Amino acid sequence: MAEGHGDAKGATAHTAADGGHKAPFPPFQKETFASQLVSLTIAFVALYLIVSKLALPRVGGVIEERQKTIEGDLAAAQKLKGESDEALKAYEAELAGARARAQAIGAETREKLNAAAEAERKTLEERLAGKLADAEKTIAATRTAAMGNVRGIASEAAAAIVQQLAGVQPDSKVLDSAVNASMKG
Amino acid sequence: MAADPIHQFQITKLFSLGHIGGQEIAFTNSSAYMFAAVGIIAILMLAPSRQLVPGRFQSIAELSYEFVANMIRSTAGKEGLKFFPLVFSLFMFIAVSNLVGIIPYTFTVSSHLIVTVTLAMLVFLTVLIYGLSKNGLKFFKLFVPSGVPIYILPLVVFIEVISFFLKPVSHSVRLFANMLAGHIALKVFASFIAMLGAIGVVGWFGAVLPLGLTIALTALELLVAFLQAYVFAILTCIYLNDAIHPGH
Repeated sequence: MAEGHGDAKGATAHTAADGGHKAPFPPFQKETFASQLVSLTIAFVALYLIVSKLALPRVGGVIEERQKTIEGDLAAAQKLKGESDEALKAYEAELAGARARAQAIGAETREKLNAAAEAERKTLEERLAGKLADAEKTIAATRTAAMGNVRGIASEAAAAIVQQLAGVQPDSKVLDSAVNASMKG
Repeated sequence: MAADPIHQFQITKLFSLGHIGGQEIAFTNSSAYMFAAVGIIAILMLAPSRQLVPGRFQSIAELSYEFVANMIRSTAGKEGLKFFPLVFSLFMFIAVSNLVGIIPYTFTVSSHLIVTVTLAMLVFLTVLIYGLSKNGLKFFKLFVPSGVPIYILPLVVFIEVISFFLKPVSHSVRLFANMLAGHIALKVFASFIAMLGAIGVVGWFGAVLPLGLTIALTALELLVAFLQAYVFAILTCIYLNDAIHPGH
């Protein structure tokens, strides 16, 4: 066991001490360079060809395709959203138009009805005014007639009173003026 | 030799491919892991189905795609995207080979300097050639920062030139050293467990400490494996940005 330990240590020290002498350090063994160079060249050229001709176009194509799909989908979604917005706007415009029309119709009807009512009222008022005027005329006529009667009655009454009191038939002219004066006062 | 922390970096020949200029070209364990990384990346990127709503594996592929694409866009701008395949290959190659390398008994490709140097030089030469061909002589404005007083300009230009040529060195050594050091540390602590465990019952309790450390280090190495790939890729982007937009 101790032997194995010493052996390993010895081997380590050995290669570290005279690495270039007895068992040359592998990365510096010149006779292996040519072989490595040749295989590295072949391997790397093959890798380069695989990568540039096959792998990158393939993977790049997939990524590009995905990018395109995503962009296309986004654009389609955007377009649909625009369309729905447009439809909403059209609907709202239609609604506003309909509302405005309804209001216009309502206003028009109201106006018409108002005008009709107004006209009717006017004719009625005119008729009433006519009737009123007629009535007033009648009243005035009646009144003047009545007033005339009153006068006649008053002068008769006065003549009678004067005859009773004085026993004299009063002069009709004087009587008239006296009746007039008292009716005025 | 089992506890030798350097042994994991050993290149072993699996079979020979031939000779170039007297130098044997072999298919090694390193080659196998390189191709394994390429295979894993290919499966990861190509196997998932192409669905509009991604599943798990498709998500991994798309996340890595977006991750690297954003990295390039944020550091090198839109024009940097023409280097997307290059940066993506580098990032995925380093990330996958690093992550595979954390699995015990596997080999880490980027723990070899020649690999990281090759990748760094690939970036360096791409920057140099693209920068010169796109901008012509204006590319050298890179070395002449604007707004610097004329009397210290020569010094600044000298430093800029040196730093430009040291970029591939730091670029490659950073990755190499991180992977190498991390794996050595992991192996050393893991071998302590085996050593202490071999002592007996007392050792078993003692082994708990290095075991905990090994677990913590493995977690750290997972982070480092990804982080170094990210650092390598983002430095590549920054250097490419220099080539695309010289003159700061």
